[in-house]
Amino acid sequence: MDMNAYLSMFIDESNDHLQSLNENLLRLEGEPEDLSIVQNIFRSAHTLKGMSATMGYEDLAALTHEMENVLDLVRNSKLKMDSFIFDTLFKGLDALEAMVQDVVNGGTGKADVTSIVSALQSIFSGEHKQAESDQKAAAAGNSTNADKPILLLDEYQTSVLKQSIDSGHQAYHIHVTIREDCLLKAVRAYMVFNLLEAHGEIVKSEPSVQDLEQEKFDRSFTVFTITQTKLEDLQTQIMNVSEVESAVVTLLDEESLHLLSTPTANQQAEAEVKKAKEEVAAAIAVVEKKEEAKAPAVVAPRKEAPAQAAPAAVNRTIRVDIDRLDTLMNLFSELLIDRVRLEQLSSEIKRNDLTETVEHMTRVSTDLQNIVLKLRMVPVDSVFNRFPRMIRDLAKSLDKKIELVITGADTELDRTVIDEIGDPLVHLLRNSVDHGIETVEERIAAGKSEVGTIFLRAYHSGNHVFIEVEEDGRGINQERVLKTAIKNGVVTEDEAKKLSSDEINMLIFAAGFSTAEKISDISGRGVGLDVVRSKITSLGGNVTIDSAFGRGTKFSVQLPLTLSIISAMLIKLGSEKYAIPLSSIVETSIIRRSQILNVHGNLMIEFRNTVIPLVSLSRVLETPDFNDSAEEETEIVVVRKGEKWAAVTVDEFIGQNEIVLKTLGKYLTNIEAISGATILGDGQVALIIDPNALIK
Amino acid sequence: MGEELKVIVFALAEEEYGIEVDKVRTIERMSPITRVPKTAAFIKGVMNLRGVVVPVVDLRGRFGLPEQEPTDNSRIIVVAVDDLEVGFIVDSANDVIDIDTDNIDSPPEIVGGVKAKYLHGIAKLGDSRLLIMLNLVEVLNKNEIEQLMQLEG
Repeated sequence: MDMNAYLSMFIDESNDHLQSLNENLLRLEGEPEDLSIVQNIFRSAHTLKGMSATMGYEDLAALTHEMENVLDLVRNSKLKMDSFIFDTLFKGLDALEAMVQDVVNGGTGKADVTSIVSALQSIFSGEHKQAESDQKAAAAGNSTNADKPILLLDEYQTSVLKQSIDSGHQAYHIHVTIREDCLLKAVRAYMVFNLLEAHGEIVKSEPSVQDLEQEKFDRSFTVFTITQTKLEDLQTQIMNVSEVESAVVTLLDEESLHLLSTPTANQQAEAEVKKAKEEVAAAIAVVEKKEEAKAPAVVAPRKEAPAQAAPAAVNRTIRVDIDRLDTLMNLFSELLIDRVRLEQLSSEIKRNDLTETVEHMTRVSTDLQNIVLKLRMVPVDSVFNRFPRMIRDLAKSLDKKIELVITGADTELDRTVIDEIGDPLVHLLRNSVDHGIETVEERIAAGKSEVGTIFLRAYHSGNHVFIEVEEDGRGINQERVLKTAIKNGVVTEDEAKKLSSDEINMLIFAAGFSTAEKISDISGRGVGLDVVRSKITSLGGNVTIDSAFGRGTKFSVQLPLTLSIISAMLIKLGSEKYAIPLSSIVETSIIRRSQILNVHGNLMIEFRNTVIPLVSLSRVLETPDFNDSAEEETEIVVVRKGEKWAAVTVDEFIGQNEIVLKTLGKYLTNIEAISGATILGDGQVALIIDPNALIK
Repeated sequence: MGEELKVIVFALAEEEYGIEVDKVRTIERMSPITRVPKTAAFIKGVMNLRGVVVPVVDLRGRFGLPEQEPTDNSRIIVVAVDDLEVGFIVDSANDVIDIDTDNIDSPPEIVGGVKAKYLHGIAKLGDSRLLIMLNLVEVLNKNEIEQLMQLEG
């Protein structure tokens, strides 16, 4: 799967969460009693954890998980914050930042965070007072060791070597010295690497590959390698590289490994850790390109560009203030008006060079228009494409069989909405997997196919985008929901009796509500549907549930389009122009007056063997210079609202067009049958018809 | 001496009015206005102001004065109060002046047919020139518009 598509998004979001974590932690330090801040921190950490795990950055996820554990105690008032906890959390944040930065630079976000993790664990288990002094001692020990040029292995490398030894490979420690009079030391080093690479895999080198390449070493370097080749053969072959003075090859066993990876290695001077990290990152940048890299931390210099730490091909993006984009867009529409004027002028003046220039300008500005209009719009796919993997992993861990069907992934949404909608959708999907879809046995017992299906749909409708998460699982057990709600004090028993079925379903969105009998790492710890709802509400949307017990549940998220481009049919009513969103148009056609039926005073027409109401748009909009009743033949647009259809009479079709939705502002609100406005190419404003309002 | 107040001066039905300059976004010549159905009669519709859709109100109509066809002198003054942005059609607008706030008196009971609540005060300029300072918050009061709509509907 191509991770790059949403790597930049992960980076953006991670940075946001880290930023908010930092700010909130600082705030909390000022007001340690304010548990609402802890909630915020917890949520950010929780999301960051989820995102990191989805993206496969286990170290990030693991560290966040430990931080989350501590925060969970704090927010449940089981632990009081003190300076050590703050320090450790901040340290953790710094490490997270470094890891994300590593990802930005094309690395894998791996880092040795054992010390922070153990500190966090000690806080979690309540032993941190002791750990504090331990750490101080360790730090003191460190400073004396710091200058020692001993090559130490981090935990990861140790385990790689250990595994190789266990599986019958040889691990060697090779110390190569190059002759003093050697002219191209880097080349010799490269030749040695090349040779070792041909026989096996290199785990670590000192100095790092980059340094070796840039000749940043004296005469000797050390390499850890895994190979099948015998010690003597290896030595001979290395010695065969010209200008190599000596090659000391030592076979490693578990004991020597242990010595090389003393615990203090974990708390080595920062420089050492950093160096190792960079190196691993560089290595992985290369290894990732190999399909079957068993051990991900293996240095594998490639022939043409040995271990050049080129950042991986991340989509390079910059974030732009949305307001600036708005301004850009508005200025651009102004330019379009001038363009139309210029076109008119040039057609009047009829001078060749002027016409050519204007034509050229027209082409350029058309391209420019496309780009400007689309700047803010992002296909919802950039959120959706992380879900298949997530569902797969969730299904696996829960031992369920689930198929995810995504439709409408090309539906475009405003970037601001895209940025925010990811988390709520993750929660809804997790809820569907965890609470909705049954286990294989349950499904068979219920007479369903053993594979559960989750539909994830996105589509435009009028001035909104709908995102639906629907599954064919067990549906909401209203009895249990009520019981839990009463137990948790969400509703009283009296209130419960009066609730409608829909209202009972909505209870699962109540704060502090969870039907999960045990806390699983999938549904999280109470970071639940209430957060989802408040998030969606804050975006100006809403979420509804449709559930049938035993048959499944559908979450429907309705999101507003503050700004969006939609396809619309432009129509004329006399001198006025209007736009009807294409998404709600079924068909356009022409009818004769004689085809119009009168049913109890209501005008109807027969359309596809059913009778549907006929709405006169000019009457609804009270157009001053057009009235369809005078026409013998009239154009109609058949629109739909869910299952209901209606035919709308118009004067004339102008054609299909991409239009930019604009609001009418706060002064004009709730105008009947009008959902917004758009600016046409000639600079005039056209109103957008809300077809839903035409269907009663 | 009180504070200096910079004011945009415009004419409406033989009277001179003033709006503080910091409430005025821009002054535009008449441009095409798209009618918005089912709104109060004085709401002429919406216009495109450099890519932003702005509602346009005929200030004569808003004050219950007889409306007239726009002339070459007609202007649309776009004002912004809180997050409301509205364009006013006025007979002409061509002056920016400084007024000493000491010279602004609270509005008398009856002034030129315009209800006192739309007025912020009367500024005396020289001997015979009076400037009516508008109370934009009241002019843009939406509750009142809704009441008007109901009366008309």
